[in-house]
Amino acid sequence: MASRVVMPKLSDTMEEGRILRWLKTEGDAIETGQALAEVETDKATVEMEAYTNGTIRKLIAAEGQFAKVGELIAIIGAPGEDVSALLPVAGSAAPAADAMPAAVAAPAAAPRAQQAAASLPAAGAAAATGRSLKASPLALRMAAEAGLDLGSLQGTGPQGRIIKRDIEAALAEAPAAAPARQAAPQRARSLSLVAAREAGPESQDVELSSIRRTIARRLVQSKGPVPHFYLTIDVAMDRVWDAYKALRDQKSSISINDIILKAAALALRQHPEINASFAGDHVKVYSRVHIGMAVALEEGLITPVLRDADLKPLEEISDEARSLAERARAKKLQPNEYTGATFSISNLGMMGIEEFSAIINPPEAAILAVGAVRQVPVVVDGALTVGWRMKATLSVDHRVADGAAGARFLQTLRKFLGG
Amino acid sequence: MALVTYRDALNQALREELRRDPAVFLMGEEVGVYQGAYKVSKGLLQEFGPQRIVDTPITEEGFSGVGVGAAMAGLRPIIEMMTWNFSLVAIDQIVNGAAKLLYMSGGQFKIPIVFRGPGGAAHQLAAQHSQSLEAWYASVPGLKVVAPSTPYDAKGLLKSAIRDDDPVIFMEGETLYGSKGEVPDEEYTIPIGVTDVKRQGTDVTVVAWSKMVTVALKAAETLAADGISCEVIDPRTIRPLDDGPILESVRKTNRCVILEEGWPYAGVGAQIAYQVQQAAFGDLDAPIARVTGLDVPMPYAKNLEHMVMPTPARLVAAVREVLYLD
Repeated sequence: MASRVVMPKLSDTMEEGRILRWLKTEGDAIETGQALAEVETDKATVEMEAYTNGTIRKLIAAEGQFAKVGELIAIIGAPGEDVSALLPVAGSAAPAADAMPAAVAAPAAAPRAQQAAASLPAAGAAAATGRSLKASPLALRMAAEAGLDLGSLQGTGPQGRIIKRDIEAALAEAPAAAPARQAAPQRARSLSLVAAREAGPESQDVELSSIRRTIARRLVQSKGPVPHFYLTIDVAMDRVWDAYKALRDQKSSISINDIILKAAALALRQHPEINASFAGDHVKVYSRVHIGMAVALEEGLITPVLRDADLKPLEEISDEARSLAERARAKKLQPNEYTGATFSISNLGMMGIEEFSAIINPPEAAILAVGAVRQVPVVVDGALTVGWRMKATLSVDHRVADGAAGARFLQTLRKFLGG
Repeated sequence: MALVTYRDALNQALREELRRDPAVFLMGEEVGVYQGAYKVSKGLLQEFGPQRIVDTPITEEGFSGVGVGAAMAGLRPIIEMMTWNFSLVAIDQIVNGAAKLLYMSGGQFKIPIVFRGPGGAAHQLAAQHSQSLEAWYASVPGLKVVAPSTPYDAKGLLKSAIRDDDPVIFMEGETLYGSKGEVPDEEYTIPIGVTDVKRQGTDVTVVAWSKMVTVALKAAETLAADGISCEVIDPRTIRPLDDGPILESVRKTNRCVILEEGWPYAGVGAQIAYQVQQAAFGDLDAPIARVTGLDVPMPYAKNLEHMVMPTPARLVAAVREVLYLD
């Protein structure tokens, strides 16, 4: 008997997934456990396996298409078996291009397909650069410097390769159209660059990646209903800096961030009211300290979780943090590695940010935003001297804790950091 | 400045260095009484005597080994290979001896030795005697490899090679011995590892060394008639390669053709192409092209030999290709 294949829930926060690539085609035999498709979830790209044996009778979702968790994406059955009863009725589910001729597609049923088609011309240039467009390295560089859209050019090299002379011709054409005011060569160059810009599209629609959709949805959820307040503290980091340098001299890979992470975990242990969640009619205070560490990815960010950070020695925190960050960047994290944090830390210090405020990652009650450790003039015992300082800002869910509780946590953190 | 042949320029370098340093001596087949198979050592036996101009039996491995031993003992031998083809029986002494002893003795033994002789094809010497072996020796750490194209370069570089404290493979062009060029009357040296621009140009960078510089300059003349300006660059030293001027030129011309007499596979040009694309990728408007000897043993027949050797016409075609002409 034929069975329905639906979009599975591949992470605990997943609400929809995108079929990146079908790994089987209609008519292929498949067994339980065999990979059927590559699915991009809100966190990672994973292979989706078949849960039944049989023959692929119908692939309903098109590659690149999003499907909600539970939505029908394929049908597996016996060869020759009538599966029409399982097929979606027009208007009842997101269609695949070949499931329904465009002429009879119900308007309400096809918004996503239409949207995708409508965004094609704008996205076409980018897509072309990535796939079929050929250009010499020099042409690529010249186009990038001039802000030229390579997709709009016709290459005159072998196999249509775009080469230097094509770029030069494009740049020569652009200012010819503009008024002939070439007072100085500098000015002419900027004019030609501006003209090249004007010839291109005003803007480009970049499709949201799954991860960016999740960030958009969840952070609105956070900033709207969660009443944030912010507390900033200035921490003397001289002793941390000395310790870090001493460790580094001994070839240790422990970073300042590892030390902050450990100190925050210990401070949370002393202030459990911060290590908590708002749960409607009660506050859930966690007994374990699991710290989410924000890791920037190209398409967004993710917070892998360092579990029981208060219990682990620095060496272990350092190794684990590095491994989590590396695997996060490679999109290799398992779902249980990026869920279940009780508190988060976001550090933009290495990017030179002096201080900032972070948005709480629900359902956690707080997040610590860490700025750069920098050398500044400070007053010690009435005298001006040079010291290492760091600003840290705690964002707290006011439903869970008040300003004084947050301040006490920060005082403890400062004490642990020796400042 | 006098017009001097490549052969005489080398002879001057040998004579000056033999006079300058009593530790220098020349050894090889027919270098003494016969005055050298190519007359490079003409008159040296008469001036310096049989202690310093040593005729050997036909035993390349033996006299190369004697040379390495002499270098270890503090002398500065110049070992002449009648042609580099014959070095293949002595390659163990060169690669496992000369190139490695400084390293394997923990720096105790310098090996200030020069192995020199003609390389490349001449005319109808057939498969075993027409080889360009610079890629073989240039792949060995511990060796320096020099291949001059003009009398001026040959003299200045041979003097530097003799004074160098490391083993130097000095490859002369067999068909260059009779070529003439200006050589200063006063003494000079040219440092090993310095690239020279042989012709300035703006449209394409052509890299060539030894005899191939002549081919490149001929092709450049032909191309100039079509309004194409070639920059001809002669590294002169194959290892260590001074790639700075090559890269500088490619950044100007955006294209590069490497001309090499030897075989294409794992050739010196492959290494140069690697370095150019690595350092100047964003400056290239066309794939780097190579013109080489064909991937076959050299035929004896004159017409076939001509087809195997790189010619100005083949270089012209490659240049037009990287310029996207035709």
